[in-house]
Amino acid sequence: MSVTHFDMSATLFDKIWDAHVAARRIDGRDLVYIDRHVLHELHAPHAFGKLQKAGRAVRRPDLTFSAIDHTPSTKPGRDEHTNPEGLPLIEAMRAGSLRNAIRVFDLKDPEHGISHVVAPEIGMVLPGATHAVPDSHACTVGGLGALAFGCGTSELEHILATQVIAMHRPKRMRIRLDGSLGPHVRAKDVALAVIAHIGSAGGRGFAIEFSGAVARALPVEGRLTLCNLTIEMGSRTGLIAADDTVFQWLHGRPWAPAGARWARALAYWKTLPSGEGAVFDSDINLDCGALQPQITWGTDPGQAIAISGRVPDPADAEAHRRPLLEKALVYMGLTPGMAIEGLRVDRVFIGSCTNARLSDLEEAAAILRGRRIAPGMQALVSPGSAKVRRDAEALGLDKVFSDAGFIWGESACSMCAGANGDKGERGERILSTTNRNFENRQGPGARTHLVGPALAAAAAVTGEITDVRKLLGGAR
Amino acid sequence: MERFTVVTGVAAPLIEDDVNTDQIAPLSAGHRVHPDYAAMFFARRRAGAGIDADPDFFLSKPRFSKPSILAAGANFGCGSSRESAVWCIQAAGIRCVVARGFADIFRENCLQNGLLPVVLAAGEAEAFEALVIAADGGAPFTVDLAARKITAPGGREFVFDISPADAKRLLEGLDDIGLTLTHNSDIAAFEQKMAAERPWSQRADISAVKD
Ligand code: SF4
Repeated sequence: MSVTHFDMSATLFDKIWDAHVAARRIDGRDLVYIDRHVLHELHAPHAFGKLQKAGRAVRRPDLTFSAIDHTPSTKPGRDEHTNPEGLPLIEAMRAGSLRNAIRVFDLKDPEHGISHVVAPEIGMVLPGATHAVPDSHACTVGGLGALAFGCGTSELEHILATQVIAMHRPKRMRIRLDGSLGPHVRAKDVALAVIAHIGSAGGRGFAIEFSGAVARALPVEGRLTLCNLTIEMGSRTGLIAADDTVFQWLHGRPWAPAGARWARALAYWKTLPSGEGAVFDSDINLDCGALQPQITWGTDPGQAIAISGRVPDPADAEAHRRPLLEKALVYMGLTPGMAIEGLRVDRVFIGSCTNARLSDLEEAAAILRGRRIAPGMQALVSPGSAKVRRDAEALGLDKVFSDAGFIWGESACSMCAGANGDKGERGERILSTTNRNFENRQGPGARTHLVGPALAAAAAVTGEITDVRKLLGGAR
Repeated sequence: MERFTVVTGVAAPLIEDDVNTDQIAPLSAGHRVHPDYAAMFFARRRAGAGIDADPDFFLSKPRFSKPSILAAGANFGCGSSRESAVWCIQAAGIRCVVARGFADIFRENCLQNGLLPVVLAAGEAEAFEALVIAADGGAPFTVDLAARKITAPGGREFVFDISPADAKRLLEGLDDIGLTLTHNSDIAAFEQKMAAERPWSQRADISAVKD
């Protein structure tokens, strides 16, 4: 029989957590069962090695999957040799997976891609389920109402050996997003505004639930984008209650339950949303009605401003924050008070687990159709998965991007972390749909501005940071 | 895991907020199967790193070549979950990080590897940082985990708090997986229960299973 929780004071997070506690350890940590565990080639080879040395087996190879997403080149026609630096890791990943009977989503697999994109699209992750990846953006799949944890390599090894993660229950934070979004304002803009509001450590120690009219109205792909950036709010996990939007999206996905099992699962999933009287340790409300497209100016994802905004003056900040802000300004080559619009852009990247799903590509393509990128502009688009790439090609989007002058890349993490050889040059200004604008992340000295796909496409066309609303309004 | 009892040595100052794991362990500096973590540690910022080298950075100064303690700012270890950030810190000889605060995953990674994460009470942190800067690598600090205190050169003591469970794990160098495996039968019982109650959770490609 299925367990139903009619406790009106329990939160979505608590219900999922409680439904997965297999035991309480003597040190007070809960052993939270992990329904699906996805590995990747940067961290898993190390854990495979340690496990083997300790003589321990993988407890549930059938619930464990290997992604190869961080190091492959995304150059058109790539194979595992295109980025020679990644090859030893890919080979170690294959060997360790084979030894432990774990399925690999390899480069030529039709279901290859960035794990956080692939897991939802094949129905591997389900509402109310737990998910772990040795990558801090595991939280992406919270958009389906799943509870996900990014983990380190030791935790990865722990999950391989035991199928549980040992954790203290975090506190709960609710972020209510009210209002409705204006034209060309999407999930990425909401996420950047939230980070700017609560700060990049604001969610530390909390599991975040996003609710309110904006969250409810977001399509599934937007929810994945919003939850993707939970870690940039300082929180290890974030989620949105699954509703009909999610159920319709999920129904019929290759691995999702079907038939009578679907009905049974659905009945269970409907018991999960936070009750009317649910109590959160922290409540934050944000009205998104007047929100503009957002862009980061600095080297921390929380340093975001509206596209019509000006670069802040460190003199206005608290004294202890000033040195960091000044350092960010120098690194980014900006002066306080200058308008962010109009800055010359050298490179545009559309990709990553944040913004490389089909709707993201459609959003960018709508702007690029019939236009060309600016002279000297370097522009790369890397679909989040092989399926996104195929679906986009079926819609002719590859041609829109190529005709505009973009490189139509293969799928993988690509320029997000610069671990695959795709990098920006020193001093280059890059508009990127990724999630981290840290110094040197996209290449030594590269200057990253985080944006959504619309601002990225607009800048590619004009060669400068541009308010997409003006571009499409014909103001230029 | 190496036990943590008492550590005495040089304390290095890195008093900045939001130092992320990309800075501590730059990916491009060593994504190989067996990286040199000591060389990877702040590879972009230390002396010899070329154009980005920062001569004021502690690692650029010979007197901080073998620190035992790192004094850091708020939200230390944010960003990527990469555990190599912890391994780099340890490869440099550091056994304890005293920060204004730690990112969640990073703190967990510290505990997993026997690196002691300490957060001092508000008010104490400033005084501690001032003493680290004043000592300038010239005089040793001592961290005593069992006594929950740090002693600065000159004798000033800083008491810190850590949960008994986390302290025990570090003091005894416990094998975390071993601890969980004592609950093997609980986990097996949970799996059986789930196979009955939420069968889809125990089969990844459940759609392939015939009812
Ligand atoms: S796309 Fe970027 S953030 Fe996402 S998994 Fe890859 S490296 Fe991590």
